[in-house]
Amino acid sequence: MIHILLFAHLQEVVGESKLSVELSDITVDQLKAWLEKQYPQLSLQSIMVAINEEFATDTTMIQSGDTIAFIPPISGG
Amino acid sequence: MFDITEKPIDVEAVRQKVVSRNAGAITLFIGTVRELTNGKKTVHLEYQAYPPMAVKMFEQIAKEIHEQWPEAKVAITHRVGHLAISDIAVVIAVSSPHRKMAYQANEYAIERMKQIVPIWKKEFWEDGSEWIGDQLENIPYPQGQPSIDKED
Repeated sequence: MIHILLFAHLQEVVGESKLSVELSDITVDQLKAWLEKQYPQLSLQSIMVAINEEFATDTTMIQSGDTIAFIPPISGG
Repeated sequence: MFDITEKPIDVEAVRQKVVSRNAGAITLFIGTVRELTNGKKTVHLEYQAYPPMAVKMFEQIAKEIHEQWPEAKVAITHRVGHLAISDIAVVIAVSSPHRKMAYQANEYAIERMKQIVPIWKKEFWEDGSEWIGDQLENIPYPQGQPSIDKED
């Protein structure tokens, strides 16, 4: 089981801010592809990812229990 | 020293966090909600954050500031939720023995914040709304993630 957090417009596209899914031992890239298949209106290509609050890359492996946050371009300040 | 809050920011409380007997200067950056952006009138804003990671990234910025200006002390508070025109969105306080360092480190903090701190702004206009991304108009993260290494 992994925990997915969605922010800003991604939250509105999916209609949820959190998802829990029975996936593990996949890469960030594979998770992006899986989510895009579940939510065809979702585009995650230029979206950054943080695993357990640390920035990750598309090839980072996701383990069971991880929290994966999808981070659209930020606009604080 | 670092906070995400849903309440109005008390500027003086942020300043108090960096008060030091060794300080000869404190700079305060106060980011406020602007009405006009490229001629378009904003009615109000909504900020959203990923608070635990935002605080971690504030700590990362403080670490980078410490490497460059070891005597500077920094505190940052960012507000989230519904903000009206002229409301304070962010306060950055930096104290240091001399003023130049306090100015430089404060500017560094806001520039880095716009690169690595997960906070988002939604603009509401009279005729619609949109989540705003990438104010710096960079090509979105060519390395797939923002640089966490110290930048000059």
